[in-house]
Amino acid sequence: MNLHLPFLKHAATFARGIHPAPHKGTLDQPIKRMPFPRKLVLPLAQHIGKPALPLVGIGEEVARGQVIARAEGTLSSPIHAPADGVIEAITPMPVSRGQWSDAIVLRVYEASTQEVRCGQPQDVGAMDHAQLIAAIQEIGMVGLGGATFPSHAKLNVPADKQVHTLIVNGCECEPYLTCDYKLMREWPQELVAGIRIAMRASGATRAIIGIEDNKLDALDAIRPHLPADGSITMQAVATKYPQGAERMLIKSLLDLDLPPGALPSQLGLVMHNVGTLALLGRLLPAGQGLIERVVTLAGPGIKKPGDYWIPFGATLRSVLDWAGDPECRERQVILGGPMMGQGAFSLDIPVTKGTSGILVFDKRMLEPITQQSWACIHCAACVNACPMGLNPSQLGMLSAKLEFDEMSEQFHLGDCFECGCCSYVCPSHIPLVQQFRAAKAFLRERKPV
Amino acid sequence: MSMELRASPHLHSGRDVPTIMRHVVYALLPICAFSVWQYGLSAIALIATVTLSCLAAERIANRMSGTVNTLSDWSATITGILLALTLPPAFPLWMGAVAGFAAVWLGKSLFGGLGHNPFNPALVGRAFVQAAFPTAITTWAPAFAPQRFTEFIPSTLTLPFCVPNDISAWVTANMVDGFTGATPLARWKFEHFVYPVEDMITGAASASSGETSALLLLVCGLYLIARRFMDWRIPVAVVGSAMIMALGFQMYDADAFPPMHLALLSGGLMLGALFMATDMATSPVTPMGVWVYGAIIGVVTILIRYFGGLTEGVMYAILFGNAAAPLIDKYLQPKVFGARRK
Repeated sequence: MNLHLPFLKHAATFARGIHPAPHKGTLDQPIKRMPFPRKLVLPLAQHIGKPALPLVGIGEEVARGQVIARAEGTLSSPIHAPADGVIEAITPMPVSRGQWSDAIVLRVYEASTQEVRCGQPQDVGAMDHAQLIAAIQEIGMVGLGGATFPSHAKLNVPADKQVHTLIVNGCECEPYLTCDYKLMREWPQELVAGIRIAMRASGATRAIIGIEDNKLDALDAIRPHLPADGSITMQAVATKYPQGAERMLIKSLLDLDLPPGALPSQLGLVMHNVGTLALLGRLLPAGQGLIERVVTLAGPGIKKPGDYWIPFGATLRSVLDWAGDPECRERQVILGGPMMGQGAFSLDIPVTKGTSGILVFDKRMLEPITQQSWACIHCAACVNACPMGLNPSQLGMLSAKLEFDEMSEQFHLGDCFECGCCSYVCPSHIPLVQQFRAAKAFLRERKPV
Repeated sequence: MSMELRASPHLHSGRDVPTIMRHVVYALLPICAFSVWQYGLSAIALIATVTLSCLAAERIANRMSGTVNTLSDWSATITGILLALTLPPAFPLWMGAVAGFAAVWLGKSLFGGLGHNPFNPALVGRAFVQAAFPTAITTWAPAFAPQRFTEFIPSTLTLPFCVPNDISAWVTANMVDGFTGATPLARWKFEHFVYPVEDMITGAASASSGETSALLLLVCGLYLIARRFMDWRIPVAVVGSAMIMALGFQMYDADAFPPMHLALLSGGLMLGALFMATDMATSPVTPMGVWVYGAIIGVVTILIRYFGGLTEGVMYAILFGNAAAPLIDKYLQPKVFGARRK
């Protein structure tokens, strides 16, 4: 019985936030597959932590799924070859955030197929805790929501902390993005398997899947696969941005306020994104490495919008040559969602583990916003939008005067997680969050930790 | 092919300052129309003169300070219309022009323009002419004069820098039942006369051009609130605190203090609470701050009316609230998510 009566029961939510237009135009299409490009660029730092160490040399042949770089230490993650081919170079290449990173360049054989040639199925249930954590690291799993924190490190709860609840983040509150939703709908069995692995690894006794109430058919897809003991439950939360932010989702689901600066483990919680857990549930029992992910291609500059399995290392150029609209001349390419995603400065940037979306906007879309601005009129729109309860109006006036210390000491600049609600609503078109980012960077560089 | 590089967020709500201001102008137009229906040609001339003088003052200030043309943000238009609505309908046009220039120059341009002004410019303009022309600003004309669409009220067309023509003969000639030339608040203060509620809702009581119908003001304010161009908490706090104060005094001594409806429906309380106190640039931004700010305005209004020498207190109460706004914001910062209040 699929009867949802949203007007009878208000979905749980957090205070403030915004309601941007969803722009999720390709919801009913299935996930498709992008053909292999001729060349893959695999940065050694696709995760938070130490870059991986290459295991292959130039000219060496590799098979799809083969480990080509190993993790260096605990907070690191290995890299697997996404296609059959030959190593062409190991050289610095541009990555997102305006940086360059050493990368393995792989020339893909034209005959490379979808078959994964490496990895042996393994019995996850027979592993002890240490083996399980090691196995999660070996398949190169990191947080696919965009944070790219190595999953094994997040699930390996320190001995002095006790985690009782795994929160599964299925909100996907960013406009345009649909990759997590499609994984929930098409891969519910793998998702539930991944949730059970993550519960074992973290010691959680229950799991709650939080899904925004505009994607309720994902709940219907998952429901038949839930275990009978009720340890995994699902809860709809209000469709609002930034519902998928860690603090906001914890507030919505459990009505708990995570104090500033605290990690969820302080409240006995650990949070994972549905995309991460679905791939964990698929890859870990098969013993296969993480070599591709679902990426949403959307925006006016994309000819074939939709969600695609794209191998890591595919450059934006190869993706846009295949799916882009050549008519879109003055374009802006965004990695991730439109609210928090990075602008791409070069088309040589590859898709990596943290790339949830590639959006191509027409330059003219934002021209009215950037061309004219006014002084702050104290309308309080930003104050009423900030999910963290900050005063962006005041912070903005201080940052214009370069009073970075006062911003941080008296107005809690450090608690801003840069969701961008303030800039989104500002009728004066003041680039608030952009200024806060600059202020934070200034303070970071001045006081090296 | 070119690549555009920007920092996130890459979306915007699409709302901008001129849009907000334009909708405030839309909300004020019915009030202007009602004023014209009541007072005829004089009201049209007053609203037009004051608004045009505000626009002229803004343009001259732009030229002198070398900034961009700010007429297109509509804020000077709002100042002009609001100022005209707070003036008596028989106010001489040249004095209206003085008020307009004072409002924009002293109230806004001197501080750096929209967003930088500490006080509501329209009220600065009104305070200026209240001090400069104390007689003219308390000379009230009757509404619904029979000849109102064919002739001006005599004082309207006073020559610049001249004393206004006396209108007592005209008032006698156009006498409407019950017109006394005093506002409901003044009649209470000096005669202990209680105005009937219906006159104060329909606009029959003598008052400034735009404050005669509390009901119409409320409807126009509700439009802005529904479209989220106005913070509903401010008018609720102003009217609520004024109501509590008035009710308290009425219960304490019903002979010495006027009944509550007089406090709520008369004078500029509705106009001030809905359209002046809510001026974004001069009101606080923090959630607790707007409640405190509104409450201060409501309380000070009643104190001035009941204990001060003036019959009306909304204007000075709002200017007082404007002055307190930065301090209110400073001490009532919003609570950070998850933090405990100190």
